[in-house]
Amino acid sequence: MTILTNKADKVDRLAQLTQSTESVSGSSLWREAFRRMRSSKMAIIGAAIIAAFVLVAVVGPMLAPHGATAQNWRSEVFPNQGKFVGMRGENWFGLDHLGRDMFSRWLVGARQTLLVGVVSMLIGLVVGALVGVLSGAAATLGGKAGQRVDTVIMRFTDIMLSLPSLLLAVSIAAVLGQSLTTVMIAVGVVQIPIFARLLRGSMLVQGGADYVLAAKAVGIRRKRIVLTQILPNSLSPVIVQATLSLATAIIEAAALSYLGLGNPDPAVPEWGVMLSQAQRFFDNEPMMAAYPAIGIIITALGFTLLGEAMREALDPKLRG
Amino acid sequence: MSLLSVEELSVTFTARGRKDATAVDGVSFTVDQGQVVGLVGESGCGKSVTSLALMGLLPRKGVRIGGRAEFDGRDLLTLSERKLRDMRGSQLAMIFQDPLSSLNPVVPIGIQVTEILQRHRGLKGEKARKEAASLLDRVGIPDPTRRLKEYPHQLSGGMRQRALIAMAVACAPRLLIADEPTTALDVTIQAQILELLKELVDQEGTALLMITHDLGVVAGLCDEVNVLYAGRAVESAGRRELFAHPTHPYAHGLLGSIPRLDAPRGEPLNPIRGSINDKIAWADGCAFAPRCDHYTMECLTGTPELTEPRAAGHQVRCVNPVLPTAEVPA
Repeated sequence: MTILTNKADKVDRLAQLTQSTESVSGSSLWREAFRRMRSSKMAIIGAAIIAAFVLVAVVGPMLAPHGATAQNWRSEVFPNQGKFVGMRGENWFGLDHLGRDMFSRWLVGARQTLLVGVVSMLIGLVVGALVGVLSGAAATLGGKAGQRVDTVIMRFTDIMLSLPSLLLAVSIAAVLGQSLTTVMIAVGVVQIPIFARLLRGSMLVQGGADYVLAAKAVGIRRKRIVLTQILPNSLSPVIVQATLSLATAIIEAAALSYLGLGNPDPAVPEWGVMLSQAQRFFDNEPMMAAYPAIGIIITALGFTLLGEAMREALDPKLRG
Repeated sequence: MSLLSVEELSVTFTARGRKDATAVDGVSFTVDQGQVVGLVGESGCGKSVTSLALMGLLPRKGVRIGGRAEFDGRDLLTLSERKLRDMRGSQLAMIFQDPLSSLNPVVPIGIQVTEILQRHRGLKGEKARKEAASLLDRVGIPDPTRRLKEYPHQLSGGMRQRALIAMAVACAPRLLIADEPTTALDVTIQAQILELLKELVDQEGTALLMITHDLGVVAGLCDEVNVLYAGRAVESAGRRELFAHPTHPYAHGLLGSIPRLDAPRGEPLNPIRGSINDKIAWADGCAFAPRCDHYTMECLTGTPELTEPRAAGHQVRCVNPVLPTAEVPA
């Protein structure tokens, strides 16, 4: 160790030491939340499940050993008698009542399920967030007229919320006919009032925050206050809800398909449709229903775990 | 003519089904260019409401504002919201009590400062960033270019308050309202922040309205002091005059309640008894009477007038002021 005698050297050394101990760059709310999530078991398990699911959904159909509709007639399979053949040889999940490879259909179904989940969540998120922003902005900064606008929008979302979601989805599906798009729209519409209410409520809380008052006190315009002050601070519950609602969307889509409103095209099976078809053979071949059911359950669990972990990570009370 | 002259400002909160609550009840004071004026009083006496009313930041609904507040010849209380918004930040600015909650937690400091520069001075991009850095430098934040990228939670309490001050003075306002700017800070930082405010006032000629409950702050900073009680000024005087001769029993009690280092050990403190909730309506008499040692029947017959019992310019709202002959230590 060198002993510094020169005073200037000492000062320089001190400056050097104090410099090196300080953090270098800014860390945002999101970066910190991410850091906290990395140490949460729940988040890691959830993320792993989702990663596996997305991988299966994206790559799976390309790797499927058989076509989704390719029939493989073996002596054991008798058409229309619904004899399901269990796991054997190259058909890992067995064959279904029409002699189609269950594993291949399961892989194709994963992609359909992901698609339905993501698209319907996005419908709910985008439309709901727009409605919520409008309502929240009107309520916090719009004065008396704004409050009236807010009241009208919120009463409307209340009406939507008060309808049982499955009933609403079934009615929408009934009007639009039987297809995958119908399921997406039906599940998405059900999510709209949830996102709208959540974002509006979050914005109302933030609208009363000190920093909004401080921004007003330096004359920042209302539009800018909404966009740079209130909105970014109100988003975290919405993002958590988006992750959680992916799980609900997948389950609801499966339920609608199960009720016979899903895509009737046999070439693009969806887990819900597969489940519905398996019902007839449940007594003899429960595994036929188990594969899509397990897929749905594990995927929904993955999104729920990640969503809950995000909720914890984004909790401002835990921020250091 | 004064920069800001407030006359009989009153603020009443109204809520359906409840009795109206008058938070500010006829406050008058003036602030001149380059002057530091203090509004002093305990919690709930109407200090903060006064400042918010002047800035036009009280909610429109459920609030009744009366009186006049002339700033540069215009009445702040009747200006349209749009005009007022243009003035806020450029002519009038405010520093808040809690620096952490007054900064947007998800936006870096730099953007929060440049936002104001863009709004009132039309600066953009690199120019705005440079100006923001020099502002942070001016309020004593070291390494300003790096700090601009940081988020509020990464700064210390003192630095946050400096950043807020930088934002408040970004457009060289003519009147700065500081609402207890040092309350949330520890004592060494308090001194630094007060020093900074003093410097800004001296250099720029900004008028400063200092709202505080800390008599130490008043002693160190203010030229003129207004002591508020239950929404009304009870004593107004120059700083020296007030500290040397507190004349209203409330001001007298406030100064008497400060613990002294040179008092003998074991000497009990002298609090003012009761709390601000033990008050009567100003219309019926002196609101301080229930807590006052000197009150007489006269105190309970209508609002006492402001008089100058001791010296010119030293106004006291009391019928039994503490005058030299009556000054017997309790």
